[in-house]
Amino acid sequence: MGMTMTQKILAAHAGRANVEAGDYIEADLDVVLGNDITTPSAIREYRGMGASRVYDPHKVVLIPDHFAPNKDIQAAAQCAEVRGFVKEQGISNYYEVGRMGIEHVLLPEQGLVTAGDVIIGADSHTCTYGALGAFSTGVGSTDMAAGMARGKAWFRVPPAIRFELTGKPGPMVGGKDIILSIIGKIGVEGAQYKSMEFTGPGIANLSMDDRFTIANMAIEAGAKNGIFPVDDVTKAYVEAHPCVNPDMKKEFRAFEADPDACYEQTIEIDLSEIDLTVAFPHLPENTHPVGEAKGIAVDQVVIGSCTNGRIEDMEAAAKILKGRRVAPSVRLIVIPGTQQVYLECIKQGWAQIFVEAGGVFSTPTCGPCLGGHTGVLGDGEVALSTTNRNFVGRMGHPGSKIYLAGPAVAAATAVVGTIADPREL
Amino acid sequence: MGKAFVYGDHVDTDGIIPARHLLTSDPDRLAEHCMEDLDAEFVGRVEAGDVIVAGRNFGCGSSREHAPVAIKASGIRCVIATSFARIFYRNSFNIGLPILECPEAVAGISSGDAVHVDFQTGVIENETTGKTFQARPFPPFLLQMVDSGGLTNYVKQALEQEGK
Repeated sequence: MGMTMTQKILAAHAGRANVEAGDYIEADLDVVLGNDITTPSAIREYRGMGASRVYDPHKVVLIPDHFAPNKDIQAAAQCAEVRGFVKEQGISNYYEVGRMGIEHVLLPEQGLVTAGDVIIGADSHTCTYGALGAFSTGVGSTDMAAGMARGKAWFRVPPAIRFELTGKPGPMVGGKDIILSIIGKIGVEGAQYKSMEFTGPGIANLSMDDRFTIANMAIEAGAKNGIFPVDDVTKAYVEAHPCVNPDMKKEFRAFEADPDACYEQTIEIDLSEIDLTVAFPHLPENTHPVGEAKGIAVDQVVIGSCTNGRIEDMEAAAKILKGRRVAPSVRLIVIPGTQQVYLECIKQGWAQIFVEAGGVFSTPTCGPCLGGHTGVLGDGEVALSTTNRNFVGRMGHPGSKIYLAGPAVAAATAVVGTIADPREL
Repeated sequence: MGKAFVYGDHVDTDGIIPARHLLTSDPDRLAEHCMEDLDAEFVGRVEAGDVIVAGRNFGCGSSREHAPVAIKASGIRCVIATSFARIFYRNSFNIGLPILECPEAVAGISSGDAVHVDFQTGVIENETTGKTFQARPFPPFLLQMVDSGGLTNYVKQALEQEGK
C-alpha cells in the first residue's frame, strides 16, 4: 500500500522502507526547538535523564520569544536559565533579544528548517514548517528533553485527511481565511491525531506566507501535522532563505505522496468560494463570513503572531491603514514576527503608516497572543486578533472575548472600531 | 479512590493552567492555579485521589506540559475523558499522569460521585451508583513506557545502553 507524504518522511527518518498508519516508530530528528516557557522544564528532565551533551549542538534551536523581552523578574530568570544552557552545551542556534523573532516566523526565514526534515518543538505551533514540505509537530518539554539527549522521538504514524485545493482566493482573502474556514468545516478535533495533507492545483495560487499560516493552525483542528507538497514556490523561498548556520548541513529533500497513498477522507476546497472569515469566541471552529460579524465593537486589535506576523501580513495591514486613523475607542498593536520583518516594515514605509494611524509598533514577541504582556485584556474587553486561539482567558481576563481573523479584516476593524469588511472601506 | 470533578468538551490548556502562571515549572506552584479560569473552586476542594471526568478533546491547545503537571500535582489521580487532544495525551504518558478514554464512564459519572479506577484492568467503578465501565486499552508501546517509569526513565535507560 502506498504512503502519504508524511508517512514517507517518517519512514525515511526511521530507517524503514515502509510504515503504516498506527505503527509506533522512533525517528531521527533534524531540529529540536524550544522557547523560554518550555525549555526550563526540558532542561530539568534532560538532567533527570542523566544526559550531559546534546546529540548535536547545531540541531537544537532555542528562542526566547514568549515572555521576552523579559516581562518581569521571573521571566528574566527563565530566559537566563535558557541562556545558561546554551553556553554550557555550545548550542549554536540561539537568538538573543534584538536578533530574535517569533520562533515559527524566524526558523524558516533563517533557513534552519527545510523540505524533508523531521522537526519537533516544545510549542504547539511547530506544525508551521509543514508549509515547506517537512514533518513538523508540537510536543511537550519531556519529549524535547529526550530529543535533545538522543536526537530521536517516538511517533505513532498518523493516518491522513487529504484537502484537495482548487481555484484562486478572491481579493484580500488569505491563508488565515482558508484555514479558519477549514476548521469551521471539520471542527477543532476534525483532524485529531491525523495529518492534514494539502494537495491540488489551488496550491500554486498560495504564497509561502499563506501556506505558513495554514500549516500553523493545523493544531487548531487537532492535527498532528499539516503538510504541503514541494513546488516552485517552495524552492524559490528556500533559495531566497539559505541556512545562516552552515554547521547544520541542511539538506533539501522533496518527498512526494505515492499515487496509491491511502487517505481516510478527501475534502475538496474551492479557494474562490472562501470569504473573509472571522472565528467567534471561544473556539476557532466558530467561524462566520465577515459580513455576519460586522458591527461588533472591539477594544483592541492585534496584528502579528506566529500565525500572521510575516511580510505579506504587514503589507496587507499597511495597505488598509494608509492615510487612515485608528478609531478613538480602539488600541491597535502591530507586532512584526522577526527583526527582518520589522526592517522590511521600515523600508517599505509601513512602520510609519502604523504609527501615523495611531497604532503601537512593537519589537517581535508572542506577548499578547497568550495573555503574557504587551496588550493583556481586562474583564469584559473584546479583541479582534490575527492570532490563533480564542479560548476563554487566552489573551487575559477570563471575562474577555477574542475574535480571530486575518490582517486585512483586523486593520479595517481598527479603523472602524467595530468588526469591518476591508473591501467596503 | 476519590470524588469526581466533571467538565464538558474542549477543556483547553489555557483553562487548565493560564499562561500568566507559566513563570515557573515547579509542580506545586503550578497546582495552586490548576483549573483557575474554568472552575475557581477546584483548588480549594480537590483532595488526593480525586478524578477529573470530561468530554471530548480534553487538553486541546498549547503544548505546555505544565498542564498535566499541574493536574498531577493538585492531587488528581487520573483523568477520564471521551477523548484527549494529542499533545496532552502524549505529555500525560511522558510525565506519568494516568489518563483513560471511556465515553461510557463520562456519561455515567456525575459531579461529586465517588469513583474507583483499577489501572491494571482499566475498570472504572462509580461507587455512588454501583455501575462499572471498561476503559479502552492502551497500546503496548505506551504501556512499556509507563512500566519503565515515564519517558525520562526510558531515555535514561536508552542512554546507558548506548553508552552515552
